Amino acid sequence: MNITVAGVKKEVEDGITVAKLIELENVETPEYVTVTVNDEFVESGSFAETVIKDGDSVEFLYFMGGGR
Amino acid sequence: MAFTNEQLERYSRHIILKEVGAKGQKKLANAKVLIIGAGGLGAPAALYLAAAGVGTIGIADADEVDLSNLQRQVIHATADIGKPKVQSAKETMEAINPDVTVNTYHTFVTSENVLDLIKDYDFILDGTDNFPAKFLINDACVMAKKPFSHAGIIRFKGQLMTYVPGQGPCYRCVFKNPPPKDAVPTCKQAGVIGAMGGVIGSLQAMEAVKYIVGAGDLLTGYLLTFDALKMEWRKVKLPSDTHNCAVCGDHPTITELIDYEQAECTDH
Repeated sequence: MNITVAGVKKEVEDGITVAKLIELENVETPEYVTVTVNDEFVESGSFAETVIKDGDSVEFLYFMGGGR
Repeated sequence: MAFTNEQLERYSRHIILKEVGAKGQKKLANAKVLIIGAGGLGAPAALYLAAAGVGTIGIADADEVDLSNLQRQVIHATADIGKPKVQSAKETMEAINPDVTVNTYHTFVTSENVLDLIKDYDFILDGTDNFPAKFLINDACVMAKKPFSHAGIIRFKGQLMTYVPGQGPCYRCVFKNPPPKDAVPTCKQAGVIGAMGGVIGSLQAMEAVKYIVGAGDLLTGYLLTFDALKMEWRKVKLPSDTHNCAVCGDHPTITELIDYEQAECTDH
């Protein structure tokens, strides 16, 4: 199936979970990433159970703590 | 108060813009903006806000200028090493534009003083370098109903978002709680390219100016991210559902400010 990850169209296996996608995408600090699917938050405790569907758009939002 | 000829000339490139005009320039002159952190983000933001003629600029920072700051904190000079950052920043801002009144707060921002610090200001810029401060500023601005610009920079990346009360998600909607100390690298551990502060801090000043004059669309409901190595910008739409947020939601569970354990960059 085809999904969009951080604005880029990708082909992934059907039934992929958010947790699996985090692994595939080599997300930095995966424990602390915020995930949205189709502009809705995915609860951080439910990445393993959240299944991504064909046509979904996934975003990873990262903590960025620097500034001085 | 009418502008002098000198002021009309100083601000001529603003006044000619239909989105600003003499009316917008007056709004800037009457505006009060607080910058928390006189460092990588706060330095360029302060320079542009002073140059723009923002009438009152507050600047809060507890530290002194250090040699390792000068790679990016462009408001400070070599001769300022050892001087309180707020003092150095004030001197530079006043040298750029004598129209500006600069209030300095030589202190860390804590749950004890943050509400008092922000109460007289129209817009707040978060230029801090640690999560406890970023969450504190967010929560205080939500509670006091103050608009603010959040930003973060690390390595070759930066991001920012704007919160305006009642107009979309706050920082805590997106990032529920600070990461544990040392779980996410700080700029001292990871480094930061100097010009990144200029890129993102200038955009924070841009948001403050747009908010004050009422021009265009703010970064409310969006996180703007920049990757300098790929030269790639992304404006990521944030969920609009803020009902469940612990601080800005319908039934907030955070009703008092929290001082999380500090894990700031010790080299500033």
